[in-house]
Amino acid sequence: MDVLSILIDWSPYIIAGIAATLGLVLIALGIGVLLGLPMALGQVYGSRPVRWVIGIYVWFFRGLPILVLLFLFWFGIFPGLGLGDVPAFVVGAVVLGLRGAAYQSQIFRGAIQSISEGQMIAARSLGMSRSTAIRSVILPQAMRIALPGWSNEYPNMLTDSAVCYAIGVAELLTVTSRIVSQTYVTMPIFLAAAVIFIILNYGGLKLLHGLERRIEIPGFGSGAV
Amino acid sequence: MDRNDIVLRVEDIHKSFGDKEVLRGISFEVRRGETKVFIGPSGTGKSTLLRCINQLTIPDRGSVWLDGEEVTNSGARINYFRQKIGMVFQNYYLFDHLTAFKNVELALLRVRGMSKAEACEKALTELRQVGLEDWADHYPAELSGGQAQRVSIARALAMDPDVILFDEPTSALDPELTREVLEVMKRLAQQGMTMLVVTHEMGFARSVATEILFMENGVVAEQGTPDRLMHDPRFTRMKNFIGQFDSYWGD
Repeated sequence: MDVLSILIDWSPYIIAGIAATLGLVLIALGIGVLLGLPMALGQVYGSRPVRWVIGIYVWFFRGLPILVLLFLFWFGIFPGLGLGDVPAFVVGAVVLGLRGAAYQSQIFRGAIQSISEGQMIAARSLGMSRSTAIRSVILPQAMRIALPGWSNEYPNMLTDSAVCYAIGVAELLTVTSRIVSQTYVTMPIFLAAAVIFIILNYGGLKLLHGLERRIEIPGFGSGAV
Repeated sequence: MDRNDIVLRVEDIHKSFGDKEVLRGISFEVRRGETKVFIGPSGTGKSTLLRCINQLTIPDRGSVWLDGEEVTNSGARINYFRQKIGMVFQNYYLFDHLTAFKNVELALLRVRGMSKAEACEKALTELRQVGLEDWADHYPAELSGGQAQRVSIARALAMDPDVILFDEPTSALDPELTREVLEVMKRLAQQGMTMLVVTHEMGFARSVATEILFMENGVVAEQGTPDRLMHDPRFTRMKNFIGQFDSYWGD
């Protein structure tokens, strides 16, 4: 049986695997932004207790191997909260997202802190409240500065998502190994999975670079020559 | 002169940074339409004084009054007073991600709550006022220092302030760009804008100032009209200081 016909026969599963992988990545990146950005703001502008709590969070999620986090949530935290019925896909996406938020918060924090103090001073001198200044002046600049570094989270997340294999999420790696165990064709199938990962990686980065160019401002941030 | 004509009153402002007492009791009054120019050696608290007026720096002691209302200790109302007290900075501090036009428009939309159409018209009017309507769509990085500073003046003007604080507005500019900025400021003074200007431009001080205040070691050491300064023999310290800039004083 040649590899191509195996791939064609299994294509519905492969496509479902790709969809699950992309779903994990997109949901996790979304959670990462939704949590990471407020965390970054809290670390820069928050009170001491706020900064302390965020610091603990970041320390925890960056301090543990992703597989350990995954098992902790899958076997411990979700069942412990009476959420034992939650599908593995959801647990995987949440863990990747919570962990991503810890990393992303530091990308956003660095970007916010890189904005010169004068921007806030000028905004306040015009009568803007601090929150208006953050929304209208600081964040639009910080997000542009953060984007190139943040883009790096996409390939990280994509490759990390494969660990969800360990809790049985039917993502690309899980599907691949199922095909291998059914067909006894090993290397060619894993290579095919590798190629798919690389294509997803390349395509996503291409989109992100396009976005970087679209929001580029002459002489500002990463656009500066 | 009528008391009601006093726009800004500064009373006994003190400010220390650590052990260093930068301002040691500054008081003065500004009438509508006046241009007060602050000169003096570096590090004598001139910029700190301006920042104490709009509370970007909180003074340790003393009070600031705008049109009879207290600006100091005004809590959240400080954002209202800051609309009425424009500020122009040495390094322009234009919003780097916005075009010249949007720099002027932003606070009209976000602070004054104008409609898009109103804000647009107002922003263009102010850019025209500083001679930059053709540069409306350029970003700060595409402007010369002089143009950037004029945009920042337009941005302050757009709020229709009662007074504008200029914190060494030309110190980052070469002589030619300095001239274009000073011309705009001179025109504003002639139009009756109330201005407080910290500067080392003696020519500007002499030709535009209603009064010059000479600051030294955190106090106003001497003050008077440019004319009196030139001829009154009592103003020795200011004259000694100005002597260092003699070529500029001539204008």
